[in-house]
Amino acid sequence: MSPSELFNIVAMQGFAGLSLFSVLLLMGLGLAIIFGQMGVINMAHGEFMTIGAYTIYLCSHLAETFSPGLVPYYFPLAILLAFVAAFAFGWLAEWLLIRHLYKRPLDTLLATWGLSLGMQQGFRSTFGPKEVSPTLPDWLLGSWSPTDGLDIPINGLFVMVITLAVCALVFLAMFRSRWGLRVRATVANRAMANATGIDTRRTDRLTYAIGCGIAGIAGAAFTTIGSTGPTSGSLYIVDAFLVVTFGGAASLLGTIASAFSIAQVQSISEFFLTGSMAKVLTLSMILVILMMRPQGLFASKVRR
Amino acid sequence: MTSMFAGPPRMSPRRHLLCSFLSALLLASAPALHAETPATAKVNTTGLAVADTEVTVGQLHSATGTMAISETGSIQAEQLAIDQINAAGGVLGRKIKVIKEDGASDWPTFAEKAKKLLVNDHVAAVFGCWTSASRKAVLPIFEKENGMLYYPTFYEGLEQSKNVVYTGQEATQQILWSLDWAKKEKKAKSFFLVGSDYIWPRTSMKIARKHIENFQKGKVVGEEYYPLGNTNFNSLINKIKIAKPDVIFAAVVGGSNVAFYKQLKAAGITADKQMLLTLSVTEDEALGIGGENLAGFFSSMKYFESLDNDNNKKFVTAFKAKYGPKSVIGDVTQAAYLGPWIWKAAVEKAGSFDVDKVAAATPGIEVKIAPEGYVKVHQNHHLWSRARIGMAQADGQFKVVAESPELIEPNPFPKGYQ
Repeated sequence: MSPSELFNIVAMQGFAGLSLFSVLLLMGLGLAIIFGQMGVINMAHGEFMTIGAYTIYLCSHLAETFSPGLVPYYFPLAILLAFVAAFAFGWLAEWLLIRHLYKRPLDTLLATWGLSLGMQQGFRSTFGPKEVSPTLPDWLLGSWSPTDGLDIPINGLFVMVITLAVCALVFLAMFRSRWGLRVRATVANRAMANATGIDTRRTDRLTYAIGCGIAGIAGAAFTTIGSTGPTSGSLYIVDAFLVVTFGGAASLLGTIASAFSIAQVQSISEFFLTGSMAKVLTLSMILVILMMRPQGLFASKVRR
Repeated sequence: MTSMFAGPPRMSPRRHLLCSFLSALLLASAPALHAETPATAKVNTTGLAVADTEVTVGQLHSATGTMAISETGSIQAEQLAIDQINAAGGVLGRKIKVIKEDGASDWPTFAEKAKKLLVNDHVAAVFGCWTSASRKAVLPIFEKENGMLYYPTFYEGLEQSKNVVYTGQEATQQILWSLDWAKKEKKAKSFFLVGSDYIWPRTSMKIARKHIENFQKGKVVGEEYYPLGNTNFNSLINKIKIAKPDVIFAAVVGGSNVAFYKQLKAAGITADKQMLLTLSVTEDEALGIGGENLAGFFSSMKYFESLDNDNNKKFVTAFKAKYGPKSVIGDVTQAAYLGPWIWKAAVEKAGSFDVDKVAAATPGIEVKIAPEGYVKVHQNHHLWSRARIGMAQADGQFKVVAESPELIEPNPFPKGYQ
């Protein structure tokens, strides 16, 4: 193998690791907000991602049917709509289901799992059991190749940009907005936050809906790299929980660090071992570190 | 969709009584009218659900859960065949009544429902199962309760039962001829094998490797398996780029399949630069993957919707008339369509619904109206059928580019490949 070929492979493999990092981070982010800030174990996270994916499908279908000229441009708008749709469903789910269970955290696990099964069957009845494929704009397909033999996937770049944007927005909202202040106050001490006049119930509902909305964005972005079907969300749920638990439940920084380390270990070991063995190695690493640090990589400093 | 799963129309008890009274009267008064319909006592000596005008069969697929993606086509095709048989007068003068059970993508549920169909409902035959796991779960029940199962999916082989008729290809039928085609027509010498990590891809790739190395004197430059549901293939794609195989030979399934092809395309691996031959992409999967990600890749199946023959034109027209113009027909859907026809032919040859007699009559049954063209049942209850290579088109259909000249003998226990 020539040096230039070696360089290309190293570059592409490095990009593969970064791309997996952004995928993991994007899928974990919404979950981290809900789990970390509210203590609700949202098993329906994957299905909120599926809502986002189907929103893209619907938009692409509409664009194709009514004005084919719009196909290259509909995607950014569709991603916003995906957020809105998942946000609305999240709001509704919190109001109907989750808010009755705040004092029983383990029951939220069961309730949201039931919710996820119900939503899956809902997708199946609405869109049919077979997978669909949204028509993606041409600029999202294929690869960018700066030199011969070096192919950087455009969909990977795209997911990376979305992840960066969502991350930046979440950090802004969390640390620079009134909502963020209320969330942080509620997490730190719910009773005291209540006493100072913060409507913690309203804060919870907004937090849950925002977490779901971010899941919707993730689902929408993943239509470029994965499948859109009634059970597509379940492909991501395990990895999303791994990222959040490993990072330390209440810490956004921890989620980032954990997504990064899991992605690097996985993509490097996938390169040198086989796919299944790489998974075994990654999971064992997570297990060992969690045995030594049960609170995850970054634990938040909360007075209990 | 919903009407498919609605129960049979109910009669009020009084109306039912009236009906049976009337039919009894008719039967008694007009024996000449039913001369061609043999007496129930004669065609059913083992207590199956066979009446004078009706025979009950079961259908056991996943209408819900993960596998509904794949099994829906089979449910539809079997129903279509049964409707057509009924419209033409039924089996031995009896209309087929179907009891639909949902295996719900859960293997113990499959076993339980199989038992219910055989023990409580005494169905004369069952059309069903899709994954090997579900088939393995129900097989002991079919053998113990002596039922008949018609199984539609192409599968790994290494199985044979008096109680099962396999209407899809077993592994050697799907693999060997297509590898020979790749070697002869495409001058392929090196292969990279990729699969999801479970029994079917592993067994298939084992057969492929033996064939490439021992019979073709070619080279396997990589063999990789990824967990079911894996959605990230970038590292694998880089390994393929290093190995530079003539052919990527792929058996990735489910949601992973979509991720695999989307990421191949995004990494610049397209048909103009790299040949890919797959065992796991039919028109059904192409719906989810998107034709633009597949265009130019090859798929090895025995049936494609685009097959140009009269049987298939009739079948496609009837299927689309029943299930809508946008529905697509994959390999397994067609194989599922054969099940009821093979059962009907075997029952008529045996002159009986008894499972032992039907099983004994099954070898040698010919299906001349098969959409894939003429097929024949082998002594081992698998089908003699042709192998075909289809090239994926941007609209999600396949263009048939090669076809085996002869029917290929099914060989579920291939010597030299284990």
